[in-house]
Amino acid sequence: MRITKKPEVSRKEEIKIRTLSILFALITSGLFILILSHNPFEVFAGMADGALGNTHRLKSTIIKAIPLVITSLGISVAFKMKFWNIGGEGQILMGAYLATVVYRTFPDLGRPVMLLLMIIAAMIGGGLWALIPAFFRAKWRTNETIITLMMNYIALKWITYLQYSAWKDPNAMGFAKIAPYGDNALLPKLFGIHIGWVITLILIMIMYFFMNYSKMGYEIAVLGESENTANYAGINVPKTIITAVFISGALCGITGFVQATGVSGNLSVQLTAGVGFTAIITSWLSNLKVPVILVVSFLFAALVQGASYIQIAFGIPDAASTILQSLILFFVLGSEFFIRYRISFKKNK
Amino acid sequence: MNQIPALVAMSNISKRFGTILANDNVNFSVGAGEIHALLGENGAGKSTLMNMLSGVYTPDGGSIYINGEEVFFSSPRDSMYKGVGMIHQHFKLVEILSALENVLLGNEKTLFLNKKKKYDEIKELSEKFSLDIDLNKKVYEMSVGEKQNLEILKVLYRGAKILVLDEPTAVLTPQETEKLFRIMLKLKEEGCAVIFISHKMNEVMNISDKTTVLLKGRSVKTLNTKETNPAELTEIMVGYPVKLEIKRETYDHKEEVFRMENLSSSTNEGVQVLKNVSFSLYSGEILSIAGIAGSGQKELCEAIAGLYKVDSGSIKFKGEEMVGKTPKEIIKKGISMSFIPEDRLGMGLVASMDIVDNILLKQYQKKTGFFIDRKPSRVKAKEIVEKLEIKTPGINHPIKNLSGGNIQKVLLGRELDSNPELLITAYPVRGLDINTCYKIYDLLNQEKKKGVAILYIGEDLDALIELSDRIMVINSGEIMGIVNASETTKEEIGLMMLGEKK
Repeated sequence: MRITKKPEVSRKEEIKIRTLSILFALITSGLFILILSHNPFEVFAGMADGALGNTHRLKSTIIKAIPLVITSLGISVAFKMKFWNIGGEGQILMGAYLATVVYRTFPDLGRPVMLLLMIIAAMIGGGLWALIPAFFRAKWRTNETIITLMMNYIALKWITYLQYSAWKDPNAMGFAKIAPYGDNALLPKLFGIHIGWVITLILIMIMYFFMNYSKMGYEIAVLGESENTANYAGINVPKTIITAVFISGALCGITGFVQATGVSGNLSVQLTAGVGFTAIITSWLSNLKVPVILVVSFLFAALVQGASYIQIAFGIPDAASTILQSLILFFVLGSEFFIRYRISFKKNK
Repeated sequence: MNQIPALVAMSNISKRFGTILANDNVNFSVGAGEIHALLGENGAGKSTLMNMLSGVYTPDGGSIYINGEEVFFSSPRDSMYKGVGMIHQHFKLVEILSALENVLLGNEKTLFLNKKKKYDEIKELSEKFSLDIDLNKKVYEMSVGEKQNLEILKVLYRGAKILVLDEPTAVLTPQETEKLFRIMLKLKEEGCAVIFISHKMNEVMNISDKTTVLLKGRSVKTLNTKETNPAELTEIMVGYPVKLEIKRETYDHKEEVFRMENLSSSTNEGVQVLKNVSFSLYSGEILSIAGIAGSGQKELCEAIAGLYKVDSGSIKFKGEEMVGKTPKEIIKKGISMSFIPEDRLGMGLVASMDIVDNILLKQYQKKTGFFIDRKPSRVKAKEIVEKLEIKTPGINHPIKNLSGGNIQKVLLGRELDSNPELLITAYPVRGLDINTCYKIYDLLNQEKKKGVAILYIGEDLDALIELSDRIMVINSGEIMGIVNASETTKEEIGLMMLGEKK
């Protein structure tokens, strides 16, 4: 058996492989559902219904998609430069942290000013948290994968400390939680969903133009391909690394702000719900292309939402619904391999 | 007539990559004690064919016979067992190990090594083929020629009877080439089959017994080398008659535009790579730099372009000091540098981007503001594709899918388009077929006629002598002398390359 790289894949073949992979995913997970003695068709219909079936469910899906989109945008800026920012989690938390600092320092500001200051603080918080590994990388060529990853845990422990000790809410009847924001620090709603979705759409447009039509976006792409070439073209490499990574972290910070002020209403260790990691998958699946991120993140959120719905509707255990999610993801990610490589079997004498 | 089976025979070999038929019913055979040259333009299928012989690829159709027996290779290891040894252009050696260790590496099946016994065994083998190697020397201390000898020894030790040498002389001085040819003759005497890939016609004429020419994936003809001549071979190779000469243009309004004085540079580890380099360059002049690969050519180019740290000395361009300026400022002054590295893409081009975005690389900073404007680059891309006859499905096609020659044309086209006053071009014809080489020499001559000062770094001494006005020879970062191209000989330059001052 030999694995060879395919030279170039036509659009048609790519679509064929992707469709097949989804089909295989459905068949395999269908078998799995059969083993659980449920009707696969009903369960699949249930998943779709649970994710998109009525306005309420659709809203939940969109609310799940929002942090994924924003974080994926952030991650993909860094990834485009081949700066492996695995630190989305930490940057989200630190963004939310700095926003909360603003709230706690000036608790009586009016809502528009408050939210504006908080989002700026969140961008600075996430951005600075990402800058630390970027600085080390630009200065001493350290490995950013490890440092960004480790800094997630520092951020997490810091928030844990705040939640369980320094900022513990005395009025929470002994529960370890940080006091909720007042109404002046909660995102308003538009069409029944917190306006995080408007922010998301605006960010998508900004990032689309930034990545494709700005000098900086072009420089990031060149640098991602080769540092030598970037130097040769007269690009200021350290400056580009630092700026791009700051933007990456700042976007993750915005996720922290949106989740805290729009969803949980306070700062907590559960704020990220793993989005910093999930966004790595969605960024890759989107091939780091901005408009695609929106679609992929929405589908991903729908998958998660649908899987949690069938737990209730069919009494499928939590673990089983996670398996379903993983199966689908496994096949979708696996199809990437078949798009890039070909396996041929040859008899050996 | 009763024919003895050839040592290696490849018959009706076909190999397809995607939509490209890289080999189309190729027939090729080499007998024992024969040096067989394989000629062809870039993309004619030489490497594909040899990669199938050495087990890197498996053919889609056709058969390979060794000693008359059909063989099927599914890995390079298989082919090694059958006696095929490939000497790649880029050596595959472990730098920090000694020659002996490199030979033994991956080849011993016992747990412990008896180095002494092996030493004698390998020493004897190297003497038999008059390979000049100190087995205890570490690879990083070796010259290019020694490394090549080591590669040959390595495959011989593994029992190779069929040796494939992929452009072995590209990195050698004329003297080292002579030595290599003696080794090849020795191999021939010992009954090995030697397959020799080269672009240099005079070498093919010199050393080979037979020559097979590939054109567009097909084996066009196999000739006895003695019965042919370079003109005929080139014609078969290209498919139509070509004139092989470089016309040296003259330019009358010479004035000094560039002067380097006592430039010294060293690596981060403190090793001196440029030692007191001084020279001047005039408008309408081609000054070539000759030297063994890695003698400081790259550092010299990069120092001028502001990419390499300068310890001392000065670089004056039209009287203005360039040392200490950023690459961006130097580009703006009208200095263009294009360096074609071994992998052709390392610097200067972005592989995954299309031609437009690659042209943009030198354009986008000219415009102020936050956004980029692709329109001018698109127009330029079209012009360059047309002018240099770049073969591409379109200007929005990623350049990594183009062939090496076309990629180089994109780079050169962009650099020429910027209308530089000083054009530094290193290895612009690296790995190109004859026809494209001459097109590029032509382009350089056109620039020279316009009065551009050209610093040219090349490998092929014959071309260097024909093309340039003056030749500067560099050895270990030091200038050995500058000679007039019309008065010098290859031998003289060769000696200077090895460190003889003039």
